[in-house]
Amino acid sequence: MDSTTALFYVFSAVLLVAAFRVITARSTVHAALYLVLSFFSAACLWMLLRAEFLAIALVLIYVGAVMVLFLFVVMMLDINTDSFRDGFWKHLPVAGLVGAVIAVEMALVLMRGFNVQPPVITAAGAAKVAEVGNTKMLGIEIYTDYLYPLQIAAVLLLVAIVAAIALTLRTRKDSRHMDPSQQVRVKAADRVRIVKMDAVIEKPSAPVAPEAKP
Amino acid sequence: MIGPVTLGHYLSLGGVLFALSVIGIFLNRRNLIVLLMAIELMLLAVNLNFIAFSHYLPVEADRMAGQVFVFFILTVAAAESAIGLAILVVLFRNRSSINVEELDELKG
Repeated sequence: MDSTTALFYVFSAVLLVAAFRVITARSTVHAALYLVLSFFSAACLWMLLRAEFLAIALVLIYVGAVMVLFLFVVMMLDINTDSFRDGFWKHLPVAGLVGAVIAVEMALVLMRGFNVQPPVITAAGAAKVAEVGNTKMLGIEIYTDYLYPLQIAAVLLLVAIVAAIALTLRTRKDSRHMDPSQQVRVKAADRVRIVKMDAVIEKPSAPVAPEAKP
Repeated sequence: MIGPVTLGHYLSLGGVLFALSVIGIFLNRRNLIVLLMAIELMLLAVNLNFIAFSHYLPVEADRMAGQVFVFFILTVAAAESAIGLAILVVLFRNRSSINVEELDELKG
């Protein structure tokens, strides 16, 4: 058993234990942290499969951004998680049966049917990978053959940004702020009211006779 | 003795991970956040399958295609979780609860 095989079993065990803790953790924060661990183990497995760029991207995007977003939401919302635990294990027999059947069926088919040994890396292939590198090969593929899907993915991300902002944007009712659109659309008639009225002429009053002092 | 790691090992690992997340959806059917996390685990299992297939492909020229697909799945998954969490925040603001069983009205 070489070191790659040993590492595969270690990372797989960590991944499965972390995934099991994600679905059974009592606290949602713990579940999020175990999800970080499972993503990290999966990134290590992808390293074993020589997908270096995607492994690092998984750590950066998921552990760095998405999971921080999850933790942020979990901590921002004041969620009472105790009520979620009522009857938590009630569905375990059915769920465990379904999961075990899925796993056993897949393992039976996959372990026999895909008994594929690791590909023999030819000297030319190894030299090409060493010279070009995984990241550059992926970049060449994305920006040549898959350019159109890449643009669609970019538009999808833009849609996600706009949707997330539009969903959570909330204007406060009690804050006094200016509305620029109303400011631009204002007319002079809205600001100044011209009132037609006759001029008031003050008549000079007659001089009052000085009163005699007592 | 344990032999070398074959493609079947990786695919079985992906299958077990997928089954675990299915069990998680069964168990945490009330907590919307953990449901989203289980969906993320499912996508991780799918990505693991893609990368395993791309590594074990005998034709050297086609080997990057699987990794390109994983790239796009990562994009979609990030967008999905961002929008899902935004919907969750709005939901909590309106209902003060994220219990899935209470979400039984179309018009809020």
